[in-house]
Amino acid sequence: MADVTLRKVIKRYDEVEAVRGIDLDIADKEFVVLVGPSGCGKSTTLRMIAGLEDITDGDIIIGGDVVNDVPPKDRDIAMVFQNYALYPHMTVAENMSFGLRLKRYPKAEIKSRVTEAARMLDITDLIDRKPKQLSGGQRQRVAMGRAIVRNPKVFLFDEPLSNLDAKLRVQMRIEIKKVHQKVRTTTVYVTHDQVEAMTLADRVVVMNHGRIEQIGTPNDLYHKPATRFVAGFIGSPAMNFVPCRLEEVGGRLNIRLTDRIAFPLPAARAARYQNVARNEKLILGIRPEHITEAKQHTEPGVETFDVVLDVTEPMGMETLIYFMLEGIEVCGRVNPNAGARDGAPLRLAVDLNNMHLLNESTGVVL
Amino acid sequence: MASTAIINKAAPTRAVKYGSMSRDRKWALRWSYFFLTLFAIFSLVKPLYMLITSLKSSAEISAATNPWWVFHPTLENYIGLLTSNQFLRFFWNSALVSIFVVTITMLISVPAAFALARMRFWGSATLATGVFLTYLIPDSLLFIPLFKMFAVFGDWTGIQLINRWYVLLIIYPTLTVPFCTWIMIGYFASIPKELDEAAIIDGASWFQTLTRIFIPVALPGLIAATIFAFTVSWAQFLYPLVFTTSNDQLVLPVGIITSLIKGDVFNWGQIMTGALLGAAPPLIIYAFLMDYYIAGLTAGATKG
Repeated sequence: MADVTLRKVIKRYDEVEAVRGIDLDIADKEFVVLVGPSGCGKSTTLRMIAGLEDITDGDIIIGGDVVNDVPPKDRDIAMVFQNYALYPHMTVAENMSFGLRLKRYPKAEIKSRVTEAARMLDITDLIDRKPKQLSGGQRQRVAMGRAIVRNPKVFLFDEPLSNLDAKLRVQMRIEIKKVHQKVRTTTVYVTHDQVEAMTLADRVVVMNHGRIEQIGTPNDLYHKPATRFVAGFIGSPAMNFVPCRLEEVGGRLNIRLTDRIAFPLPAARAARYQNVARNEKLILGIRPEHITEAKQHTEPGVETFDVVLDVTEPMGMETLIYFMLEGIEVCGRVNPNAGARDGAPLRLAVDLNNMHLLNESTGVVL
Repeated sequence: MASTAIINKAAPTRAVKYGSMSRDRKWALRWSYFFLTLFAIFSLVKPLYMLITSLKSSAEISAATNPWWVFHPTLENYIGLLTSNQFLRFFWNSALVSIFVVTITMLISVPAAFALARMRFWGSATLATGVFLTYLIPDSLLFIPLFKMFAVFGDWTGIQLINRWYVLLIIYPTLTVPFCTWIMIGYFASIPKELDEAAIIDGASWFQTLTRIFIPVALPGLIAATIFAFTVSWAQFLYPLVFTTSNDQLVLPVGIITSLIKGDVFNWGQIMTGALLGAAPPLIIYAFLMDYYIAGLTAGATKG
């Protein structure tokens, strides 16, 4: 059990700076997910915590000790790899106990730990099999078992579910969450899948270009993104971004999207954006679920407009609609019974209470 | 909305011909069998001739009868060789040299390959290529300088290495170590990087990673390298011919030539028998470990 702290951690490969000064505090027992597109430095960060990569500058502190120069085996961490990395010539039990055997634990202790972990992961029947006799999901369980029996200070997961098919991935996601509830070890988990990040994490760290974009709980990131990158990365289908500007008409603040479409801002929003320069180039960020079919009675802050739909995607419980606004494709989610059809006109409602206003040049959410 | 379509302006100029996959396969098979048979004849005629000759008496060999048939089969050549202390001595020397060379080779080339494949140190890539390049220099180019070196070494230190069977233990590894290292580098490189990372995180040292993960996983490659080293040292002719001269120091290939050819008298029956008996140990090893050998040589050619 230990907390993990990263202080201004930098990783440079010759010319390329893969990680550009990361500050991160991970509390004891916390489940933190590093998420971001490929090449954002998330795996490098994890490997630096593991000690598999040297750090160029900064400090990594595990359980109060600076471990910059400590070899991986002395950091008391366990890691689960994307391709499982099971030892092919050992049985499941041997795979799980390898670390303990190297450290010369008593036989009885090893046996009880392996049995306990196998029971927790539901792989008791497979204990004498070799990895090649196991399915992908079973191998993943063994890899987790190998981490659990060590009872380390920190669990590190490097995209552990990427090699599994979609259905199994959902199942193993729940499995990992259950294990964390039982074992309660500080966990750092790397993934490029924002759904995995949202569902597993106590806190999500969104990374881009070697920097941290935002740290927060899944709900914080979803509802209060700090930057355009986070706003666009978290959530599926992704948030719509439409160029806009503010204008004042008769003492009221309006947001103008096109020559034809402008909406008055709800009072709370108007107060918040009062000081934004009127002619500044802005971007309206609005999630698809806040663009729906228009109802008879509109709530305050909900405005209606008419569009011609380009494409509709019936998903069963909802229908995704796509239409163009000023040359930009916008996605909305409507009720399957709303009468949305390809190429048909539809009256839509946009919920401006949940809008975001971004500065176009800096990408910062205002 | 204007609809667009790809308009066919020109048809292919070559007439489309429909082949038959099963017919193609049949022909491919026929050609394979043709060439396989050809090669089999080409390589099996010689051992067959050796076997036939080894079963003949000297009189029958020199008589002008059909060389491909034994009229009075006899085991006298076999009995003669197997009861001769000299021949058994050659055999014993060969076995001793080969076993030692294989051991030395493995002890050097496996850790070397592991270091070159996994520990990225300055110049490791160049060194790996260098190892292979040393293998490309033929022994016919090296034996004179080597002989001189051992002679000078003997003069300086008083330790006589020339005309001792164990000088071969120093010379043979110059042939076997580079190639075996090369094979093992390829084999180790095909082991996923995560496997040693997992071992390191599990608390293994480099040495434990090598002995407890890499060697068991790379066993087919290891066996291939072992067989290679054995074959090379068993069949080596030029070096022992140059470096050993006394009868009690000779290995089998040289021993057969020097003891069974007396002046211009060729004891063909015993020469053939000796060669055949000498070929037996590698043959037996190949027969048992053939699958490993092939798996080892082709490893790393494809992933997965």
